[in-house]
Amino acid sequence: MNKTGIAYIVSAATLAVAVWLGVSIGTVKVPLSTFWDSSDTTATNILWKIRMPRVILAGLVGASLAIAGAAFQGLLKNPLADPYTLGVSSGASVGAVVTLFFGLSIPMLGAYTLPIFSMVGAAVTMFLVLGFARLVDRSMKMETIILTGIIFGSFLGSVLSLMIALTGEELRQIIGWLLGSVSMRGWKYIVMVLPFVVIGSFILWLNRRELNAMLFGEERAHHLGVNVRRRKFMILIGGSILTGSAVAVSGTIGFVGLVVPHMTRLLWGADHRHLLTLSFFNGATLLIICDLIARTIISPSELPVGVITSFIGAPVFAYIFYRQRRKGAM
Amino acid sequence: MLKVHNLSGGYGKEPVVQHISFEVNKGEILGILGPNGSGKSTLLKIISGILPKQEGTVEIDGQDASVYSQKQFAQKVAVLPQLHAHAFSHTVKETVSLGRYPHQSGLFSTWSKEDERAVQEAMAYTGVTKYEHTAIEILSGGEQQRVFVAQALAQEAPILLLDEPTNHLDIAHQQQLLDTVRSHAVEKGVTVVSVFHDINLASLYCDRLLLMEKGRIAMIGSPLDVVKDSMISSVYEARVKTQPHPELPKPQMTLLPDTMDEMKPFIVTKEQFEVSSKHVSLTADQPLKTLSSAVHNAGMGWYRAFVNRHVDANYNCDDVQAENAAYLEREGFHLTETVGMMTAVTTEHVEIEEFIGEFGSIIIAVTAGVGNAVDVSKTLTRDQKQRIGTINTWVIVNGHLPDEAFIQAMITATEAKTKALQDEKVLDPLTGTIATGTSTDSLLVAATQRGEWLPYAGPITPLGKLVGHGVYECTIRAIRAYKIAKGWTV
Repeated sequence: MNKTGIAYIVSAATLAVAVWLGVSIGTVKVPLSTFWDSSDTTATNILWKIRMPRVILAGLVGASLAIAGAAFQGLLKNPLADPYTLGVSSGASVGAVVTLFFGLSIPMLGAYTLPIFSMVGAAVTMFLVLGFARLVDRSMKMETIILTGIIFGSFLGSVLSLMIALTGEELRQIIGWLLGSVSMRGWKYIVMVLPFVVIGSFILWLNRRELNAMLFGEERAHHLGVNVRRRKFMILIGGSILTGSAVAVSGTIGFVGLVVPHMTRLLWGADHRHLLTLSFFNGATLLIICDLIARTIISPSELPVGVITSFIGAPVFAYIFYRQRRKGAM
Repeated sequence: MLKVHNLSGGYGKEPVVQHISFEVNKGEILGILGPNGSGKSTLLKIISGILPKQEGTVEIDGQDASVYSQKQFAQKVAVLPQLHAHAFSHTVKETVSLGRYPHQSGLFSTWSKEDERAVQEAMAYTGVTKYEHTAIEILSGGEQQRVFVAQALAQEAPILLLDEPTNHLDIAHQQQLLDTVRSHAVEKGVTVVSVFHDINLASLYCDRLLLMEKGRIAMIGSPLDVVKDSMISSVYEARVKTQPHPELPKPQMTLLPDTMDEMKPFIVTKEQFEVSSKHVSLTADQPLKTLSSAVHNAGMGWYRAFVNRHVDANYNCDDVQAENAAYLEREGFHLTETVGMMTAVTTEHVEIEEFIGEFGSIIIAVTAGVGNAVDVSKTLTRDQKQRIGTINTWVIVNGHLPDEAFIQAMITATEAKTKALQDEKVLDPLTGTIATGTSTDSLLVAATQRGEWLPYAGPITPLGKLVGHGVYECTIRAIRAYKIAKGWTV
């Protein structure tokens, strides 16, 4: 068995364990048998109506952020890049916060007004950022993209701050949303986000070999036969779709998109043919575990999952980083 | 085959390279040379499609390159860039495997046997197979560059473009890399175009050179045509001199520094000679340019000390070079700056004389013994053992000579010696005819390369006259002294 095979098996197994823990642990313990034995209606309801959608949503959000982060880091050749580098998440946040700030609720959309406004915000921002970057520099160099992301991100950030400053009783709601959460969303959110996750991930996966080539620089990739401009555009759009939809349904959950790709790279190597898929699995696992902790640690209250991701993720990352560097030094 | 026709282009509105046309044949290596900013790297970037062209065509295998997609182009043309950094770590094999990118297509594009063969072959060819699973950033610069050569070779493209491939490499790695490229071109018929910073490397490894100046072609042709003093000096605006490579018909150039201590004037005088029963020696203040047929440090070179050593007539040794070197060292001479000769003649009988001409002075030193005198016109069928040198002639010139003057001085000196033997009626004992020399004569011409410029040394030039007269006089006297010592005359 080669290392790649082991990597996939380990990643899939930890994800399965995380899902199982995620659905079984809580104020009511759901036994494994509930999956096939529906005689205990309370447990069955908790499993399928509450915990399973929550776990799946956490998994999808974590997976989206992680695969988008891996692709952006590779594309921008920058270990500090994450899904939020492009500013698309700020657009999504502005869409969401505007909804909360003005107490908007479009009759036909009802409770889905917020995620839909948020997605619109993300989409508009994505087109503005890419359009502006193209306007500045037709070849869309990496520096151009990063700087454009910073410009739009900080501008939208100030819009957010303005609304927070002016807000009254919705403050708690807004802050809670910004910190990120996957609770009480239900299956409809999953249905809403799933197509974007599938399309975005597929677009990135199509560019796995191109990302490998682009790690050696755009010029080198060009020499190796990559149509750099088109591929770059595809990766930026794929990553933005994933980021925008993830933020729209869960808020800005930090750390996952930055660190999961690094952890995966340290453990299993930088080859994007595997890195993307493995990051997808590991991102899902991490966010499911973090969400489990967020809802159980100070039960019956809940913490925003965004607090936990960094709280748990940073020490784990530190440990892996330390171990790998020590191994490399010897 | 690569054909570039009337190509112009570059970064901004004003084209950096203008109206470049050339052709490179299958299996040929073309080197692109030029000073900084002459547009040589830009030219390569336009050909490889990184920079836009404004005018002209690039043809590959008779097809205009612009009809190819990026992938098709990469199947035809591989590019090896300068050494560069990378953000995340790849293993050597992963890196080399990327060279197969242009040959893969389809959604899943599985790794074929053909891909694996090409990668294994490229790694074996460049000697990186043993690092297969090592992360490339752990490797040294030279090894990393070999990995990128392997990546380019794995592309299996019929055309290979290189942009200063040996930058930042030490000489062993430079040689390794260019030997690899060269043999690849010869064995696989790959067409190579490479930008070079180093004129000498380009001259050594390329079949033809393209010299660029301010975005245009200054000269295109064989290394012998392009690497010429006048051409290189004017394009690079540097003082250079070219000379032949010691083993190959490829010119090499060296810089001529403007100011150096070595350029201060000095002269050699008779007083600097020392004579003892062991040897005759001369130690100059600074090295002289020397051409000689000596035992130690023969040929052309720069030497400060000159030794004509006395050995027994029956001197016999398996390794004359080593024995003589040991002797010189024992006597306190620095081996790298000393020319050493041997003679069986008593060294105290040396004739040393200074001759003054209108340009300056020369010093002649001769030790002569005519025991095994020979008539050179009658030696064809003779079977005779070589013996230790018997007429050793030194010509030291206080003047500045070109190479041809050194050779003329040797001819003139030889003729004067022969005339001296004739006038002294020295006979070849086997034939009874007048001898022209002895079986193992040695000659040395050395010049300070300061002072007067002396372009010629033929018999009627100022220098030649002095050499002819001086060598004749000294040889006559030396022969007479020898005869007296042997008791042949009174």
